[in-house]
Amino acid sequence: MTNATASGRERVNYLNAGYGVRSWLLTTDHKRIAILYLIGVTVFFAIGGLAAALIRLELLTPAGDVFQAETYNKIFTTHGVMMIFFFMIRGIPAVLGNFLVPLMIGAKDLAFPRLNLLSWYLYIIGGLIALWAVVHGGVDTGWTFYTPYSTVYSNGWVVVTAVGIFLAGFSSILTGLNFLVTIHTMRAPGMTWMRMPLFCWGMYATAIIQILGTPVIAITVLLVAAERLFHLGIFDPAQGGDPVLFQHLFWFYSHPAVYIMILPAMAVISELVTAFARKPIFGYKFIAGSSVAIAVLSFLVWGHHMFVSGQSVYAGLIFSILSFMVAIPSAIKVFNWTATLYKGSISYQTPLLYAIGFIGLFTFGGLTGLMLATLGLGIHVHDTYFIVAHFHYIMVGGTIMAYLGGLHYWWPKISGKMYPEYWSRVSAWVIFIGFNLTFFPQFIAGYLGMPRRYHAYPEEFQVLNVMSTSGASILGIGYLIPLVYFFWSMRYGKDAVDNPWGATGLEWQTPSPPPTENFPETPVVTGKPYDYVTAREEVAVG
Amino acid sequence: MTPLFPEQASTFAHNVDALYLFLIAVTAFFSLLIGALVVVFAIKYRRKATDEVALEVHESGLLEIVWTVIPFGLVLVMFFWGAKVFFQITRPPADSIEIYVTAKQWMWKLEHTDGRREMNELHVPVGQPVRLTMASEDVIHSFFVPAFRFKRDVVPGRFSTAWFEATKPGKYHLFCAEFCGTRHSNMIGWIYVMTPADYQAWLSGGTSGETLASAGAKRFVEQACNTCHGEQKGSRGPSLSGLYGRTVRMQSGQTLAADEAYIRESIVNPQAKLLEGYPPIMPTYQGLISEEGLLQLTAYIKSLSPAPASGGALAAPPAPSPERKSTKP
Repeated sequence: MTNATASGRERVNYLNAGYGVRSWLLTTDHKRIAILYLIGVTVFFAIGGLAAALIRLELLTPAGDVFQAETYNKIFTTHGVMMIFFFMIRGIPAVLGNFLVPLMIGAKDLAFPRLNLLSWYLYIIGGLIALWAVVHGGVDTGWTFYTPYSTVYSNGWVVVTAVGIFLAGFSSILTGLNFLVTIHTMRAPGMTWMRMPLFCWGMYATAIIQILGTPVIAITVLLVAAERLFHLGIFDPAQGGDPVLFQHLFWFYSHPAVYIMILPAMAVISELVTAFARKPIFGYKFIAGSSVAIAVLSFLVWGHHMFVSGQSVYAGLIFSILSFMVAIPSAIKVFNWTATLYKGSISYQTPLLYAIGFIGLFTFGGLTGLMLATLGLGIHVHDTYFIVAHFHYIMVGGTIMAYLGGLHYWWPKISGKMYPEYWSRVSAWVIFIGFNLTFFPQFIAGYLGMPRRYHAYPEEFQVLNVMSTSGASILGIGYLIPLVYFFWSMRYGKDAVDNPWGATGLEWQTPSPPPTENFPETPVVTGKPYDYVTAREEVAVG
Repeated sequence: MTPLFPEQASTFAHNVDALYLFLIAVTAFFSLLIGALVVVFAIKYRRKATDEVALEVHESGLLEIVWTVIPFGLVLVMFFWGAKVFFQITRPPADSIEIYVTAKQWMWKLEHTDGRREMNELHVPVGQPVRLTMASEDVIHSFFVPAFRFKRDVVPGRFSTAWFEATKPGKYHLFCAEFCGTRHSNMIGWIYVMTPADYQAWLSGGTSGETLASAGAKRFVEQACNTCHGEQKGSRGPSLSGLYGRTVRMQSGQTLAADEAYIRESIVNPQAKLLEGYPPIMPTYQGLISEEGLLQLTAYIKSLSPAPASGGALAAPPAPSPERKSTKP
């Protein structure tokens, strides 16, 4: 056991092991690359968030009076592209996954450290290219790039944005590959598959999707670029192409991509729930197995995005039933998390507040997803604000809550400092309230028939939109608070001990922040994860 | 106070709303159940001493099975119920009023079989099924009437069909639901549902144009279709009389019902499905006939079948010239 009191001294750790720009930009340390990613995703989140604020500003009144229609279309495209391709898909795996996977399995680094650095550069270059397109006039297709609008009619920087997404896709593939190989080959002695933390199981399932799915979006955006530049008749019906083919290709990746965003969030929640209940997770094998089941099923449901596009009635039936099936492993996870709390020793620290917020919002958001999978009902709410509300419950209420919960939980390990507990609880509540006020009214607006991507809308929807915009203002403030205090804590925060939460897991057995090589000596794993009883006895004996 | 449901103005509306209420009940039940359990556990089992850990370990295979099987059963109910409503929405009855829809950036053109044309407005009678045959001149649009609880994408390069039966006179929003470019949110229209008497009055008032079928007949001659598709024996192409609705046999041995989609495809891409007994000599008309022209030709070919498809012939002022497909900037 590491001596906790020694961690305050000027010990060499990964943060002070080298100074200067080169030591960061040429680092192959997975922990430093995680920090680089943290900076990247925060910047792109801020840009996407700014775009969201402008959207809500325009929708405060029914008339399209703040921006021109074309500008508004570019703003919501920017919001979608930045949030999905450069924040959500990368967020948890690239930041927390990069930092934690080697630490959790007792490895010194990822299997391919240089590839890891390359993935960050691809991500940043891709992001800068997409940003260049925004600055030089933007793109107005929506993040879905539906053809033939994107390939024939749009005047925006479609090809440039496609190149940015293409590069970010390779970044995602490299991260997935790295995690997969690392988890297979670099587990510490005694770390069998069934002793692996559930976070790693989640990352493993995510990596499968990243590797198998991402090449398809890469091909798809290349085809869009080829049709736009060289007029190959792939999707354009005027040249004999098929516009619905694009939707098949796009959603073949982009639906699994939803699980690239939510599986890591579920992985974080599994860790948070058990740590703050100080109790082994209920149904370890079922949670681990459901992650893999979700990864597999996620590839079989893409057609539920095309219930009204003219695919055959029978295709609709198949995709409907398969979409229902993917809900079951998600339900299993929710029940197991809840059961973990039963007779636990529960401490309401900030990460648990986020985890509870996640469970509630994800459950509600997931159940509204069943409404979309229900054929007769999905037709009515398709392409309305109901969809917008549903996926924001999953993405914002789910993934961002989990990301923030995880960031708070591992912040002492990452930075070696504690965040301020009071302010962090305040922000968790502000975010929860602001979120619900923003997105709940959108379910109602959607069922009433308000279509998405409308720059101006009929007056009867105004009340709901005013609620949504005021909620978004609260939500925005909620996100600014942690941004401020995380920076603040780096300088003024209390020094963190090695294991501030009394949690199990190898990452808590090494100093905060960890040394560059992660562990002074390779740890040996002798038992199951989350074994709080044995862990306490060892502490008592030691 | 804003309403929670749009008006129920079609035969689908009650069924879709009943399904929605069932799903709301399931959603509310499970959200409250999970929420209540989390809150109760979090309070009841709160940590009392800083070094306290949970001493009991729980695993239960039985519980895992229970909470897998119950959701499985519930989603099967949702699936079958949803499929039933879906079949109602996707299967038009035979005796419908036909409306031809052309969507383009950023307007709806709606044509009645008697040639009456409307822009962003559609007048229909209450209590009678209406079948839509839709084409797009440019990008994907989507025909969405919230009060009727249905929508259907209008995909360029093919006909999309949909139907509804209005149940309540009134004025209802028609939205474009698929993002279609700069003025997407202006692609809004109104559906006027009228009592049968009002509808008759509306039909007889104003000037109606040439019927769609007779406009199609003109085009049929203009494009010289009649030189091959004549009535006499020995024509180079098959006669089109009675084609619509018949089952036809392809060279590949396949058979299919000749519907609007087949007629359209045979005009723009004649080699796709070759009729048995005829050589593949017909050239493509892709890009040579506007979407509206294709709709008119289809209406004409349909009128050659005995089915009560076309409206009565009316006086025929010169047909307006079809608009060319807009070219990309």
